[in-house]
Amino acid sequence: MTNDKNMNRSVIHVDESPFPLERLRQSLPNWLKRFLPVRGGRAEDHHGKGMFGFTVFLLSESIVFLSFFFTYIALRLTHSKNWLPPGISGPELSSFVIINTVVLLSSSFVIQPAENALKHHQLKKFRWLWLIAICMGTYFLIGQGIEWRNLNFGLSTGLVGSTFYVLTGFHGLHVLTGVILQIIMLVRSFMRGNYNKGHFGVSATTLFWHFVDVIWVFLFSLLYIWHA
Amino acid sequence: MTHDFSEPLAEDIEPETELENNWRQYLSFSTDHKVIGVQYMVMTFIFFLIGGLLAMLIRAELITPASNVVDRPLYNGLFTLHGTIMIFLWIIPFNAGISNYLVPLMIGARDMAFPLLNAISFWILPPSGILLLSSFLLPNGTAQSGWWSYPPISLQVPPGQPINGEFIWIVSIVLIGISSIMGAVNFVTTIFWMRAPGMTFFRMPVFVWSALSAQLLQLINLPALTGALILLLFDLSFGTQFFKPTENGDPIIYQHLFWFYSHPAVYIMALPAFGIFAEVLPAFARNPLFGYRSLAVASLGIAVVSIFVWVHHMFTSATPGWMRMLFMVTSMLVAVPTGVKAFGWTATIWKSKLHLETPMLFAMGGAAMFLLGGVTGVMLAAVPFDLHVHNTYFIVGHFHYIVFNTITMAIFAAIYFWFPKITGRMYAEGWGKLHFWLTFIGANLTFFPMLPLGLQGMVRRISSYEPRYQGWNVIASLGGFLLGVSILPFIANMVGSLLHGQRAGNNPWLATGLEWTTTSPPPRDNFEVIPVVRRPPYDYGDPKYSVIEPPDYHQAEH
Ligand code: HEM
Ligand SMILES: [Cu+2]
Repeated sequence: MTNDKNMNRSVIHVDESPFPLERLRQSLPNWLKRFLPVRGGRAEDHHGKGMFGFTVFLLSESIVFLSFFFTYIALRLTHSKNWLPPGISGPELSSFVIINTVVLLSSSFVIQPAENALKHHQLKKFRWLWLIAICMGTYFLIGQGIEWRNLNFGLSTGLVGSTFYVLTGFHGLHVLTGVILQIIMLVRSFMRGNYNKGHFGVSATTLFWHFVDVIWVFLFSLLYIWHA
Repeated sequence: MTHDFSEPLAEDIEPETELENNWRQYLSFSTDHKVIGVQYMVMTFIFFLIGGLLAMLIRAELITPASNVVDRPLYNGLFTLHGTIMIFLWIIPFNAGISNYLVPLMIGARDMAFPLLNAISFWILPPSGILLLSSFLLPNGTAQSGWWSYPPISLQVPPGQPINGEFIWIVSIVLIGISSIMGAVNFVTTIFWMRAPGMTFFRMPVFVWSALSAQLLQLINLPALTGALILLLFDLSFGTQFFKPTENGDPIIYQHLFWFYSHPAVYIMALPAFGIFAEVLPAFARNPLFGYRSLAVASLGIAVVSIFVWVHHMFTSATPGWMRMLFMVTSMLVAVPTGVKAFGWTATIWKSKLHLETPMLFAMGGAAMFLLGGVTGVMLAAVPFDLHVHNTYFIVGHFHYIVFNTITMAIFAAIYFWFPKITGRMYAEGWGKLHFWLTFIGANLTFFPMLPLGLQGMVRRISSYEPRYQGWNVIASLGGFLLGVSILPFIANMVGSLLHGQRAGNNPWLATGLEWTTTSPPPRDNFEVIPVVRRPPYDYGDPKYSVIEPPDYHQAEH
């Protein structure tokens, strides 16, 4: 059965070594060979092909974010004086924001075990962990909505408003996409025969979620920490 | 018919002419990369005609010094949409189309990596193009700030009209960009993952290398433009201030992001053209491609260097001196891999017996014109010279030598070269040659005068000019109309040959690429059996290699 073969391929077998660096050294060539096939004739590995394409797509996405970061940093450096219009204090590093951030970032540590569980055919465990991740993502979105409502500036309030809303808004759109993808995957796991097709969708969603988290680390540092 | 090295034309073999029996599939949502490729090529050609029509209007206006054919806003709209269409709806998507057709065939794959995504990428384009054109109908007309759409000019739209030409311009370019990014994901994955057994990287044709390099640039650079346009759209319509100098914003940031894409974009357009030269020149010189490996690697080299040169478009944008020097040097560095390419082409045809059929004429004409385009480019990279001719017709002359005289000629070479493969029929050689000579003469008459005009100081993007510039302008306009006429024999040839052309057989040019080993047109899955590749790609002249081994590989697991 091709399905089972794909399943095995997506697990990298290395001699387990206790040292992470040593494990990396052992698995890297292995991983590279899988990720960048060099001799051709690999098209049947649908999971590998899909993950490769998706990673390449995320590379592209990260450049859109980079262009926003670049704009933010350049404006911030050259317009630090009139950054805040009179009477506006800008986004605040409140405990509310910090909790929101902690929830979002820790969801990565929930979704990864979920994916692993599916890899090992532990369907029930997968569903539970996956559901928790969905809740955490939704919590973040709602939190951001509340924060937006309580801020004392708007989209057109100087550079601070322009940058804050567009950057967090664009990121929020990605979180929303991620949550929707997660919900679709959860629903699919209840439909017969779907969850074990190399579960490309689940792996891709997990990767996307990590991506959204990493972007948030940068956004958080730029928008809140730099500001404080 | 004048091919002296063709195999006996396979009159008796009736190839599966899907094209004749099943033309409807070209209007449908097909996931076959060959159908999608043809869809791209035909659609972009229609946009080429529209863009050309706009150019004719521009040239009509410029035949006299006064502004008397169109009014000023319409003139602005004409050059804006002409430039936009030619770049975003002709050359770039045409390259996506021909790559779509050829890449899977050349690497021995049955299709692209993600066929459904491929179809979606294509079908985003026609609505985007129609949307863009529809802005002619708006009360204030189309966008007017040129294909750069620099703020603050692009933000100066009439108040009270949220849906204006600029808005539509941005939306359609973002959509076209999304299509290109999805296409790039597909190409890169295809080239990495779908190669036939034995098709190592250094057995890939140079065209595939060029397509890979171009698509990597799309992936890495295009999102920066998309980001910039999203911010511009917010400035335009939702009251943000990123690029508004009157409200603390900074238009220079837009310029950086714009050129971070749009300089590499010239290589996204040019690299596939270079790839076409590398396929056509050896085939008609009957010589192996000279320096195959260096040409392959040079494609990537050009791509990498071109990422680091964008500031040469901003020498006059209050750029600090050290930055100017830095980017002047990197810009001139591009000449190195580019020189490798030009050297390789020359050495390939050096002292060989040339077969001057239409594809070869276009390829040689294009490669020769690239000399002038490239030299003027290196001149422009020199800061003092650029300051002198900035925003004059010298620039317009330079980039048309690249985009028309080199790239569009290469595209014609490709169309003639692969026409037999795509349709199963031969085109008419006489008409092809007529098309070539009209184009070649017309193009030089049109674009050469722009160089002296620029040196004399004629500014671009103006509808009226001082009378002393008229002489050269008349020549350019007449050349432009000649170019307009030159397209007629081409269309006649394509349509006529499609319907009545002689049967072509699998490999009318006796070329060596994998795409010539399958039928013309290829069957739905490209190859009866996926070939196993054991040879480098350009074996011309070596009798041992002149026929590719019959495939002996059966996919084990199926
Ligand atoms: C069919 C023959 C063509 C003719 C007669 C022609 C003519 C012209 C003219 C007269 C201008 C106005 C220059 C100015 O005022 O700045 C122009 C601009 C331009 N053309 Fe063409 N062109 C042709 C083909 C092409 C092609 C194939 C491309 C492909 C990329 C192209 C890209 C551009 C661009 C980007 C601009 C600049 C528009 C701007 O200033 O915003 N043209 N062309
Ligand atoms: Cu440039």
